[in-house]
Amino acid sequence: MIESLFPNVDWEKMWEATIETLYMTAMSTFFTFVIGLVLGIVLFLTAPRQLWANKIVNWLTGAFVNIFRSIPFIILIILLIPFTKFLIGTIRGPNAALPALIIGAAPFYARMVLIALKEIDRGVIEAARSMGATTWTIIRKVLLPESKPALISGITVTAIALVGYTAMAGIIGAGGLGTLAFLDGFQRSREDVTLMATILILVIVFAIQFIGDFVTTRSDKR
Amino acid sequence: MIELKQVTKTYDTGKGALKAVDGVDLSISPGEIFGIIGYSGAGKSTLIRLLNGLEKPTSGTVQINDHMITAIKGAELRKARQKVSMIFQHFNLLWSRTVKDNIAFPLEIAGVPKNKRDARVMELIELVGLTGRENAYPSQLSGGQKQRVGIARALANDPEVLLCDEATSALDPETTDAILDLLVDINKRLGLTIVLITHEMHVIRKICHRVAVMEGGRVVELGDVLSVFQAPKAEITKRFVAQVTETEDSNETIKHLRELYPTGDLVKLVFVGDQTEQPILTKLIRTNPVEVNIVQGNISHTQRGAYGTLILQLKGTHEEIANAIAFLNNENIQTEVMAND
Repeated sequence: MIESLFPNVDWEKMWEATIETLYMTAMSTFFTFVIGLVLGIVLFLTAPRQLWANKIVNWLTGAFVNIFRSIPFIILIILLIPFTKFLIGTIRGPNAALPALIIGAAPFYARMVLIALKEIDRGVIEAARSMGATTWTIIRKVLLPESKPALISGITVTAIALVGYTAMAGIIGAGGLGTLAFLDGFQRSREDVTLMATILILVIVFAIQFIGDFVTTRSDKR
Repeated sequence: MIELKQVTKTYDTGKGALKAVDGVDLSISPGEIFGIIGYSGAGKSTLIRLLNGLEKPTSGTVQINDHMITAIKGAELRKARQKVSMIFQHFNLLWSRTVKDNIAFPLEIAGVPKNKRDARVMELIELVGLTGRENAYPSQLSGGQKQRVGIARALANDPEVLLCDEATSALDPETTDAILDLLVDINKRLGLTIVLITHEMHVIRKICHRVAVMEGGRVVELGDVLSVFQAPKAEITKRFVAQVTETEDSNETIKHLRELYPTGDLVKLVFVGDQTEQPILTKLIRTNPVEVNIVQGNISHTQRGAYGTLILQLKGTHEEIANAIAFLNNENIQTEVMAND
């Protein structure tokens, strides 16, 4: 039955492409989370009247975030080719897609982290200071736990955007479902391959959304 | 012992310098409950934050016991803050932590090992009367319960000083009284010095030993709560005292009372301390032929004794009334004739 609906689908290749997409999404989400978190915290703490208030650092971080958030992803991949080649040694395959994916998504997530941190009541930070907490303790035990639901829903949105980015990266040979849909599906006019790749991408997106919503709700004690 | 010397804090507002605190000298003794009252913008929030170094003064010094708060910073200041804890108007609890974990937070900061933390937390929960609620999240608590968590958290590291930043201003009157009782209890039991800021005279009256009145960044009046109630000097202090005594002797009020009681003399009596417990009126009526009618009365209890005012309508001949007033003055009651025939 499935064989007759998707006559041209090579299931082994489809499976391999799915794994590649999952690999690229997972790796890039992880690094985006870490880098975005650091950038977001720096943006927050260096803002005026905050613990590390520093105009220069705040301006530089803000500029970095805004520039890389504004470059269309497809152009960013091309711009980063020399950097990728230097870092990974090749510009083909899932690993080669990672630098562009991370540099494209981390600034986006950093903005969401900043918004999440701004939602925290200033009084709670003041209370921690009045107890003699170091800034490091405030980051670990106040800022991160108190903004956890927003940080998780933010990374959920970012991960879903990253699934889309991996497909785009697929066009220039990153591998995964994007490459498969483009090369095997579109260029060879095998609509069933494109359709199957789309279905699998949708399944991945829905799964991420479901898990993200579940964890967000669980962590919100307000 | 808390010692403030010529403390000034100036903010740069862009439109010019704003003096939030202006040349304040204060000295607060150990074990004292010291109140600072003022309207919003009087500089009291800034002043209390100078005590734990959350704000740095532009000039002047703040000393708490052995620590010169204005001179230390970094690790030394953080260590000092563990002994000068603070509670807040909006409680400032971590919503992501349970009651138990909120109270454990300052202990974590102080580096107390886990097993000792647990025992201390249970002790504190009992002290503030929250037994049974240790696993609740702040969102599941009432305002009064949240402030109890705030107090337990503030007491965790055995502080020497407790700073209260409008700690009861977000609570209803009944809960306010319960929290104030708890503060007095803690002050007596642990010998803790309490410095509180408020805009409610009721709070000062109920628990403070001494009070400073602030206006425009300056301390305009300072003294024992009872004597400030009895004889407020500054105009703003009179307004605050009127908040709780309700015997505002403005011309309006006197005129109004006169309309209600058109004959005889209206005399205001002020009782202080032990006098409030004496049967003065009985004696007055027994020894003087005047007719006595109570127009208005009020007794306030402070930590340093009671304070009361009573407005009487006295009817009789001029001589009889004069004798009655002389009798009262003889009993050491302050009198003031508000209106006469």
